[in-house]
Amino acid sequence: MSSPSKLVAGLALAVSMGAPALAYDFGRPATPDEVKLWDIDVRPDGKGLPEGSGTVAEGKHLFEDNCAACHGENGQGGIKDRLVGGQGTLMSDKPVKTVGSYWPYATTLFDYIQRAMPYPSPGSLSADETYALTAYLLNLNGIVAADGKLDEASLPKVKMPNRDGFVPDEAFDPARLFRRN
Amino acid sequence: MAAQDNSSTDGVGPGRPGARLSRRIFLAGSTGLAGSIVAAQAAADSLADVPPRAPGADLGAHSERSKYVRIDRIPEAGPGMRNVDPDNAINAKTPHQQLFGTITPTDLHYERSHAGVPDIDPAQHRLLIHGMVDKPLVLNVDDLKAMPSVSRVVFIECTGNGWENWRKADPDLTVQHTHGLISTNEWTGVSLRFLVDLVGKQRGSNWMLAEGGDGAGVDRSIPLTEEILDEAFVAYGQNGEPLRPAHGFPMRLIMPGFEGNLHIKWLRRLKFGDQPWMTRWETARYTQLLPSGKARQFQLRMETNSVITSPSGTMKIRPGYNRVSGFAWSGHGSIARVEISTDGAKSWKVAQLNHPVLPKAQTRFQIDWVWDGKPTRIVSRSTDDKGNTQPDRSHFIAQNGTNALFHYSAQQTWSIDEAGRVSNVLA
Repeated sequence: MSSPSKLVAGLALAVSMGAPALAYDFGRPATPDEVKLWDIDVRPDGKGLPEGSGTVAEGKHLFEDNCAACHGENGQGGIKDRLVGGQGTLMSDKPVKTVGSYWPYATTLFDYIQRAMPYPSPGSLSADETYALTAYLLNLNGIVAADGKLDEASLPKVKMPNRDGFVPDEAFDPARLFRRN
Repeated sequence: MAAQDNSSTDGVGPGRPGARLSRRIFLAGSTGLAGSIVAAQAAADSLADVPPRAPGADLGAHSERSKYVRIDRIPEAGPGMRNVDPDNAINAKTPHQQLFGTITPTDLHYERSHAGVPDIDPAQHRLLIHGMVDKPLVLNVDDLKAMPSVSRVVFIECTGNGWENWRKADPDLTVQHTHGLISTNEWTGVSLRFLVDLVGKQRGSNWMLAEGGDGAGVDRSIPLTEEILDEAFVAYGQNGEPLRPAHGFPMRLIMPGFEGNLHIKWLRRLKFGDQPWMTRWETARYTQLLPSGKARQFQLRMETNSVITSPSGTMKIRPGYNRVSGFAWSGHGSIARVEISTDGAKSWKVAQLNHPVLPKAQTRFQIDWVWDGKPTRIVSRSTDDKGNTQPDRSHFIAQNGTNALFHYSAQQTWSIDEAGRVSNVLA
């Protein structure tokens, strides 16, 4: 006859032994090579940025060919989101939220171009082209010099004008949320 | 009883077997807004006018909505940019003024899509779960269906819901325009905690990136709080059937009580990490610009809210008995109380809540009202079971300013003039 404590121990053993076997009853393991194909996200610290580089000058040509039809010449006046200007308007009655006036991280711009643009063929740009477009848009916003160039080392170091323009909701502040240990 | 311009009551008239074309019916059918109230009565004014019974149409593989019911979503390109070419629409709003109860018909559930609706063959769809986990996995929809399932009725609300009224109130708006970006369905899928245990989330992995398989690859960073681990799930079922393509077929994330944008549709990747990714949607898009010029970020939970759907904008009422009805909801939990004012927020009465009252789902309320025919304003306010009460507009704007664009949750006021015409006003 087993005591309650033995019963609990027995259950715990069954659960711990069962878990690994259970895992691969559903789906299959992901291989590192296939994960690389989909693992496109880029963080502010640069984690996830691919090797490559691009210049403002290269980005200007790419923008004219791939982006200006929707976003306008020089990233303004198009039918879709305005990308340039607006700095100093965020406290006004007509705030203009653009890459230059609002976006807090340059890495987000790279990530978004890479995953979502150009609209008809997302994912079609190479890493070099994406760096070039990022450099050009930052140049239009006065953040990168006209002869500038960006790569995986320099992009995370770009300080966006509105980097300190955000206050986290107290309930979900990343700096405090899981800091209990 | 209130009526409004695209109600289901016109369309009765000549051409139907047995229908007799009386002058009255003709008049009712040829008038617009005000005529629809009249039409409902005139079309069968005497029982002799009711068409005789007859064998009906063949049974089909689907049951369609009655041809006498015209009920549609409104595609929109942005605040005030309505009924646009489908090419330019970014969302489509639910016609709450024509709906009953709490469950939104599947084809009328609101939609916000960032790069159209992808055509996904479920046989070729995969969900990759990876990052800070012990056992990265690739799952298909059949794998999910084989797992223990959960079903739950929840609202999903776009953070843009209410954005028409930040600065001014267009008097011609219906409740579909002002509040059409919330809907409630029953969703079925697999608990996030089950998936997390399956892949073996590592210590310190407190954030999860959820990414969609649409052209935009919409992605959001989700904090893995106990509440979210308990309540979030990956859904493949919607109101008892596979998800509709517009709502994420073949699989989507459901985040009860949280921003609609977090309920990632066409889900294809869950990645675990130790910090948020700061995606475009959680930085440049769904952040709320405050009067200070700073923007509030990670305002993930949807607020305590309510709206009167009948009578509501563009309807017309008559003096005497009127039933005031609407719905309330809260991302914090269940609705505990809804109060109605029929004198412009001077005095309040507690409304009846219709069952079921479910947490993080639309809750129907109603109250009897006798209108004396004098111009007035009607408004609702809700309180949830955590004690949060929906703010009036002046308090709400004092706290949030008028530039936030998202997360508008102030009390909605409808004005009624001496002719009984109902219109949208700020307060």
